[in-house]
Amino acid sequence: MRPTVLTVVSLVAAVVALTVLALPVIAIFAHTSPANLLEQLSNPVVKDALVVSLKTSVIAQLLIVLFGTPAAYLLATRRFAGWGLAIVLVELPLVLPPAVAGIGLLAAFGRMGLLGSTLESLGISLPFTQTAVTLAVAYVASPLYIRTAIAAFERTDANLVAASRTLGAGPGRTFLRVVLPLARGGLAAGLALSFARGLGEFGATIMFAGSLQRVTQTLPLAIYAEFDQNFDATLAMGGVLVLLSVVLLAGLRIGLSWQRSTSTTSPSLFGLSTST
Amino acid sequence: MATLHLDHVTVPLRTFDLDLTLDVERVVALVGPSGAGKTTALQAIAGLTTPAHGRIAVGSEVWFDQTSRTNLAPERRRTGLVFQDYALFPHMTVRQNVEYARRRPADEYLERFGITHLRDAHPPSLSGGERQRVALARALARDPEVLLLDEPLAALDTHTKAVVRTELQDVLSGLGIPVLLVTHDFEDAAALAGRISVVIDGHERQAGTAGELVARPADAFVASFTGANLLHGDAEIVGGSTRVTLANGTVVTTADEAQGPVVLAVYPWDITVAIAPPHDSAMNVVHAEVRSISEIGNRARLTIGPVTAEITAESVARLGVRPGQLAYATFKATGTRVV
Repeated sequence: MRPTVLTVVSLVAAVVALTVLALPVIAIFAHTSPANLLEQLSNPVVKDALVVSLKTSVIAQLLIVLFGTPAAYLLATRRFAGWGLAIVLVELPLVLPPAVAGIGLLAAFGRMGLLGSTLESLGISLPFTQTAVTLAVAYVASPLYIRTAIAAFERTDANLVAASRTLGAGPGRTFLRVVLPLARGGLAAGLALSFARGLGEFGATIMFAGSLQRVTQTLPLAIYAEFDQNFDATLAMGGVLVLLSVVLLAGLRIGLSWQRSTSTTSPSLFGLSTST
Repeated sequence: MATLHLDHVTVPLRTFDLDLTLDVERVVALVGPSGAGKTTALQAIAGLTTPAHGRIAVGSEVWFDQTSRTNLAPERRRTGLVFQDYALFPHMTVRQNVEYARRRPADEYLERFGITHLRDAHPPSLSGGERQRVALARALARDPEVLLLDEPLAALDTHTKAVVRTELQDVLSGLGIPVLLVTHDFEDAAALAGRISVVIDGHERQAGTAGELVARPADAFVASFTGANLLHGDAEIVGGSTRVTLANGTVVTTADEAQGPVVLAVYPWDITVAIAPPHDSAMNVVHAEVRSISEIGNRARLTIGPVTAEITAESVARLGVRPGQLAYATFKATGTRVV
């Protein structure tokens, strides 16, 4: 059969798109050999940035899961006055320019900020500390987890929850034994997305926490700082971030297939079905 | 054995209110068309829906009472609820499902329902009949005071349904707790329950044994629900018996007295089919084309003009009757009732 015009056009378009998407990644690894990557890991700037990034990311994600999971469950299972507003608040950081998020955090928690005097009287100063980095990362990355978690909770069969209740399990036990296990794939996928977004955080962090080596300088901030001084270090850090992203993306795929095997309905991100 | 009492349990539904008063001692079936509020009634008993009014009690234990603001949480009511789609936990094995409520080994239940060999399987890999048995085992392993079954046979194919229905009959007859089951199928209700309550638009239209409902349907709806043919016509009393002229001009006789526009009920199994003009005591004869023949197991349903007759598949073969052929459907005046 002769290929149709549509087939040819889509093929050409796909090749162009995939090439553009692949080139930057290939270029990073073309410029930095594995040996250079390992060597740069002992460069104090790179090492410090990696430690700051991982530490703040892990704490930020813990906070997101700790507060985001119950909040997502509430938003998924209840409808109340102000529900729509709550959803807008949850999603806002997703579309807000990160620099604006940073200004907002500074205006809220900074010395001159809304809560500044309260925090100061408690002896707490947030800006330009690692706590500020964590807060910025959590603020910017949280919608990716909470949105996915809401979708995962909304997919859990209400009959299974009802069945658990009639079998003598209270709401708490039902949540732990039925709702959470069924949503775990979706939650893991949301966490992977949120983690990836948090690792790449730049704008809000630099506004709210600055870029102090060993304290608030995360990998993206270090890349920017080293850009015109040590291009090798920049490439190595780029390589590290690419590898982490690939690992997280693989985790996301596994999370989604995990959910698929335990749930009768197909999983979705942001309500869109993801079939592979 | 404690009795389940429903006293004016009222739940507002979209177009009408469910308002049910019912005492369940042994096995009672709620039957009625889809959307009549049957499932809502089960949810109200299990505590999954809060009624606006009324009282639900088992023996002397009150589960819901609007006047005294009593409303036990679902986990505090000892109900075994078997969902229409069974609602088995897909992430747990059969054993974990059955032991969910017990928190201790439930081998006796696995054994009793013949699912011991499936104990390590996950529900998505089970057949419909197996799922039903797991759901029943899980509900009973909770040691319920009341068993509620929502369309227990609706999710099964015709063949499995017959097998499961027999199994279910055995289980229910030996339980010793009140059982309330919901079905839209009168035959299933008749097979499983000693008492049937016909619910339409949220209200009980008639209650009784299957035999009583068939013998004396309260109205045309109950008659058609129990499987009767409904014939609309005009009645007049001629020389002591009631003659009814049907829309197609056929005149039939009924032993009941009536005048004016009436609805007659005739059960398919009270109708005999012949190819040649019959000579017997039956007063009513419909001579018309056989529109369709559908066989269910060893029985066959023939639609002849305005009536459907049920005869054995063997009789169909013996008569050699085929769709499109002219045939006689005959039924007795005493089996033709005004409803």
